[in-house]
Amino acid sequence: MNYKMMGRFMGNILLVEALFMLPAGIISLCYGEVNTMWSFLASAAITLAVSLILRLLCKGAPSAFYAKEGLVCVGLSWIAMSLFGCLPFWLSKEIPLFIDAFFEIVSGFTTTGSSILLEVESLSKGALFWRSFSHWLGGMGVLVFLLAFTSEKGSGFTMHLLRAESPGPNVGKLVPKMRSTATILYLIYIALTVINIIFLLCGGMHLFEAVCHAFGTAGTGGFGIKNDSLAGYSPYLQNVTTVFMLLFGINFNCYYLLLLRQFKNVFKDEELRLYVGIVMASILAIAVNIHGLYDSWRETVRHSAFQVASIITTTGYATADFDLWPSFSKAVLMCLMVVGACAGSTGGGLKVARMMLLFKSLRRNIRKTLNPKKVQVVRNNANVVSELVVENANAYLAAYVIILFASFVLISLDGFSVATNFTAVLACFNNIGPGLEAVGPTCNFAGFSVLSKLVLCLDMLLGRLEIFPILVLFSRSTWKR
Amino acid sequence: MNIIIAGNGKVGSSLARRLSEEGYNLTLIDSNADVLSDVCEDCDVIGVEGNCASMPVLQQAGVEDADLLIAATSQDEVNLLCCTTAHGLNPRLHTIGRIRNPEYTQQIYAMRDVFALSLSVNPEKQAAREIESLLRFPGFLQRDTFAKGRTAIVELRVDRDSRLRNVSLNTLNSIVKCRVLVCAVLRDGDAITPGGTFVLQEGDRVFVTAPTANLSTLLKNLNILTRKVRKVLLCGGGRISQYLAEQLCKDGISVSLIEVDYNRCVQLASALPDATIIHGDATDKSLLEEHGLGNCDALISLTDTDELNMIISLYANTRGVPQVITKLGHPENRSISNNLALGSVISPRELCCDTIVRYVRAMSNLSGTAESVHTIAGGQVEAVEFRVDEHTQNLGTPLKNIRLREGVLLVSITHGSVTEIPSGNSAFLEGDTIVAVTSRRGSLRQINDIFA
Repeated sequence: MNYKMMGRFMGNILLVEALFMLPAGIISLCYGEVNTMWSFLASAAITLAVSLILRLLCKGAPSAFYAKEGLVCVGLSWIAMSLFGCLPFWLSKEIPLFIDAFFEIVSGFTTTGSSILLEVESLSKGALFWRSFSHWLGGMGVLVFLLAFTSEKGSGFTMHLLRAESPGPNVGKLVPKMRSTATILYLIYIALTVINIIFLLCGGMHLFEAVCHAFGTAGTGGFGIKNDSLAGYSPYLQNVTTVFMLLFGINFNCYYLLLLRQFKNVFKDEELRLYVGIVMASILAIAVNIHGLYDSWRETVRHSAFQVASIITTTGYATADFDLWPSFSKAVLMCLMVVGACAGSTGGGLKVARMMLLFKSLRRNIRKTLNPKKVQVVRNNANVVSELVVENANAYLAAYVIILFASFVLISLDGFSVATNFTAVLACFNNIGPGLEAVGPTCNFAGFSVLSKLVLCLDMLLGRLEIFPILVLFSRSTWKR
Repeated sequence: MNIIIAGNGKVGSSLARRLSEEGYNLTLIDSNADVLSDVCEDCDVIGVEGNCASMPVLQQAGVEDADLLIAATSQDEVNLLCCTTAHGLNPRLHTIGRIRNPEYTQQIYAMRDVFALSLSVNPEKQAAREIESLLRFPGFLQRDTFAKGRTAIVELRVDRDSRLRNVSLNTLNSIVKCRVLVCAVLRDGDAITPGGTFVLQEGDRVFVTAPTANLSTLLKNLNILTRKVRKVLLCGGGRISQYLAEQLCKDGISVSLIEVDYNRCVQLASALPDATIIHGDATDKSLLEEHGLGNCDALISLTDTDELNMIISLYANTRGVPQVITKLGHPENRSISNNLALGSVISPRELCCDTIVRYVRAMSNLSGTAESVHTIAGGQVEAVEFRVDEHTQNLGTPLKNIRLREGVLLVSITHGSVTEIPSGNSAFLEGDTIVAVTSRRGSLRQINDIFA
């Protein structure tokens, strides 16, 4: 394995991270939080120092870089990023336990939004900003950022990085150059985030709150800056957030096609259609199920839509405590947790595209048992999907289920109820945030033991990077010479 | 610049590698998804699966926004249809087609506009021409000419009895009694840019720049015997052999051609009435001896298999054939072949790529763009020819006062019809032609790139 090249990449990533800590420091300064500011500066300095040492050590790296290096590099980078990213919380003593600080930042970078904080509002503004900003960075990916804005010379190996970091069963480039592809993705991302901030400002939200919420929405993260998430805001702000959550759950390729004015291709996209269909059906089903809990149909639909959007895009904001809703609604939301957003979006979960592939391959297998000699291909948008992609989707499902149950068993050692444990794993693994009962929208993850927190951290990373980049780190053949 | 490469074979993939290194936007089309994904993993390019001659596939590859299409599939007909279709979709498009069948040569030339071909390349014909020029100037392993033939970079091998053995480069000019410049040395597979105190050893391959007029002096003073080539043995009867034999027969050289396939032999015999066509296996020693290996002036191994070519050439070398030329289809194997006594090595693929890269660079149309590019020293070094124009920096400044970029060597300046090997006091003026050599491939694209 090419350790030097990987070291250089990690050095670059830490450099970017150190730079991104500075805005949070500036915000602390603006709000007069001297202690927090120093902790940010110190963390940035430590990160920068490590990054420079890594870059120095890894000078003159050979350029051989293959799929294996790509996967390992992405997995290690995310772990390193989280280890350094939690320093500001820990150094400023705002989150005194290291494991808690680590959990919080992993939850941030993986856009999960599960918190160990009993009370959010007492946190300093700088720390709140860093939490939300970590969502925004993690949403599109730091490596993609690196590919877009640094002069890493574009040869083919960058494809391994993009594939390892971007979600979806079939990752490809938009344009021939990797750098242009990454730039286009980030520009769309930035533009949508800015539009979201403007809409929130129009609704009378304070600038700082608007920026933090927009970051949380864009990365489909879910860290709020209020104890009751978005419940205290006006219906307009909640509706704006609903719409933007759904927008960030759409494959970013669709936005690129819109920019190219290929409207037909966007509206004919099977995944998008299915996504919209699932969202509509779920909103309707839940609204019918919970009407009566609220005064008017309008309010009912608003809450139903917000919760559905929040869960399917794996954001995790809440306007209502859905833990108090009837079982049917909770069941629908749990299904949505697994489905997740579209491939190529900032959301997590299994992804609509993968679900669709799995269903199509299942349907084919059933037909095949009825008619063993029948030859049939799986199609997506009228294109034939290669057998390798179908096979990978099946393997992914298997890995997904195994990890889900293994984590569930490990978490259960803490003695919470079955529903709590299961939804806690679901919420972390699918990068959502809140689960049910003891980890419901109004509660938090503080009660778990250190072991459980570590398992959940791992689940969050596994979920964000789609399992394999983290899983290969535990494989002996990865480290074998 | 947006470039589409249709057909991802040997030429297609090495083009993709070279052009993506130079920073162009590349889209590859191939009907084989596996081949396609291999290249997409390796280079920064995007792939489209499908038949490159069909309109929807071309549209999917973005032909409307493309500036150049290179059709390099294995079939001439597909290449032609691809170019014609693409040009119909985008009239601004430049097209390069690889057309190899000799039967089409005439109509391609006459009907270029109908097929909408900006350039047609024929690797085999180019290779044949290259071999022919090597045969005309025996004594050198490779010979690249610049400045309309006034300057040459030639390759010499330092053998045990060579006068260059254990010679320091400072004293080189007094041995060869004319001004030459060593621009690269290939030792143990690595290209070295030598300094003045560098000492040549046995087994080195030396790349020397000299004015063309000095070449014969160079050969004479190195005691390299050159006799005119009168009898040539060709092993393998592919397209290169056919083109080459045709030309050699025209020049009055006696040609014997050994081919293993009987039907092909009949074909060749009817196409080449003056050549001796022999049906047999070229690896068969007694057959080679029987047909004059001992008294021929040159042996050229041109079979389809690189390994066979290497073996035949090695054998010919041990038998003391004065000039041996080997065709290699996979020049990646250079690291092996560099250490073998294979004589001159010709790679049709590299030659073809060089031509296309030259065309692409000319299209970029920057001021002071490279006029021609040659790869030497086993593909590790590039020699680039530039024309000095009014935008060139350091006009008229003596070279000792100019700082060149690291790894760049200025090897010749041609004023009018006189070629000068530059010294510290030389300077170039507008209208001159200069040749620069660099070990960083693709780094010299316009003349001002040579300066630090």
